[in-house]
Amino acid sequence: MVQSLDTREEIIQVATQPYVLNIGPHHPSTHGVFHLRTVLDGEVIVDAEILIGYLHRGIEKLAETRTYTQVIPLTDRFDYLASMTNNLAYCLAVEKLAGIEVPERAQYLRVILAELMRASSHVMSLGFLMNDLGSLFTPLFLAAREREKMLDLFEMLSGQRLLYNFMRIGGVSQDATDLFLFKARQFVDQMPMYLNEIDQLLTENEVFRVRAEGTGALSAEDAINFSCSGPVLRACGVDRDIRRDDPYLIYDRFDFDVITCQNGDNYDRYRVRLGEIWQSLRILDQALRDIPSGEVQAKHPHFLRPPVGEAFSRIEAPKGELGFYLVSDNSIAPYRFHVRSSTLINLTPLSKMLIGWKLADAILTLGSIDIVLGEIDR
Amino acid sequence: MTIALNTHDVAEEITKRIPDAVEEVSNNYILVKGQSLYSVSQFLKDSPSLYFDYLNCIVGTDYIDYIEVVYILESYKHNSTITLKARAYGRDNPTLPSVVALWAGADFQEREIFDLLGVTFTGHPKMKRIFLWEDFEGYPLRRDFL
Repeated sequence: MVQSLDTREEIIQVATQPYVLNIGPHHPSTHGVFHLRTVLDGEVIVDAEILIGYLHRGIEKLAETRTYTQVIPLTDRFDYLASMTNNLAYCLAVEKLAGIEVPERAQYLRVILAELMRASSHVMSLGFLMNDLGSLFTPLFLAAREREKMLDLFEMLSGQRLLYNFMRIGGVSQDATDLFLFKARQFVDQMPMYLNEIDQLLTENEVFRVRAEGTGALSAEDAINFSCSGPVLRACGVDRDIRRDDPYLIYDRFDFDVITCQNGDNYDRYRVRLGEIWQSLRILDQALRDIPSGEVQAKHPHFLRPPVGEAFSRIEAPKGELGFYLVSDNSIAPYRFHVRSSTLINLTPLSKMLIGWKLADAILTLGSIDIVLGEIDR
Repeated sequence: MTIALNTHDVAEEITKRIPDAVEEVSNNYILVKGQSLYSVSQFLKDSPSLYFDYLNCIVGTDYIDYIEVVYILESYKHNSTITLKARAYGRDNPTLPSVVALWAGADFQEREIFDLLGVTFTGHPKMKRIFLWEDFEGYPLRRDFL
């Protein structure tokens, strides 16, 4: 295996003049309007500054002027590659604040949708990761082909393909038809074929391993200290998954493994994501088997007025821990609405992960954190 | 299941170590004085029986009289959680000590609160706006902004 690190010291010894290179805000490999200002010494990054806010829409302020139900479409716009989980996290927080019980069938439907969303988000992140590596289009199109099947399922249910606005406080907006459950089952049966295909294509691929192994590594202590969550944290060897350690919905009824790796480098983050798609399929398999019939929406007043107080609720979103903090003053709109954005906090150690590595590795490291600017800037 | 620790017990332990730090205890949170926020955080992080090694999130809320900053702490070792609060008074220059030296994950979140609510965290290595541009006037998440 080629160790790119060996040459690093030599390059620093023959120091050249520091060179400032702006990556972004408009650049294909920054996954949105993300601006990274790097200081280079030759090809090695000696300093990196993260500049964000180009997509700041002030959603937290907007939410203070809307009723609790009217906020749901705003939450779609955070992580727009996983809108359904945003809806879910927000609805769980309001339900905790107002003390609403969700019917059984709605809970199962929520789990099914959340896991489909996780698979879709992870598949897309693998495709983009390969795109960042210079393997243009083939892996991305393979990923998009599979995501298309999941988008069709979501479209069948909600009528939308990207921003679903499907979850409601106390349940979901519509019941799933038998056809949807049949198609979802069909998808779960077919997906392993694709995962094996991507596994054969990439996991043991020599070029990919040389580029990804060892680069952008983060230690377990650092990952905890930097408040990382999700695949970034589990790739470092920290065995932590909210679905298992602080179960919400009905996750305690399902049998699944928490995927962890050891090194916390780009390759491990890729492997954790791939493993998590397999686990999502396991959960989907059980949920589709056990889903009961019944109501999908709990009864609650049209204009919800939760009692005065605060509630914090978090879920394991595809990109990490997504939490909503709500303060109620007993009016129809939240007094304060805050998002614990998983990708913003996962970005905090980025400078540390980049310094000392080559510029080409920086693109890969950024891609493997899997950022979505809608959630970072809000 | 993550256990929410009994706030009264934890507050008692804090008082034993740092007298006069705790201002108010409710069933859900511990409110500490602004000037002792750092030492209380350090105690919560380093004490082996509590060991809050993970800062889940920081939230600021404007209540007109004061700006309340909420720290949701977690211990991965004991799988427990606790909510710590501190208040920054004044409209012109509310300040609180920064906890970046303890939990590096506080970096962007404190900058976000500075940007949108105008609380200055003393001791933060780079206290400047994060989302809005440098010469933006006012703090949008305050209740009297628009």
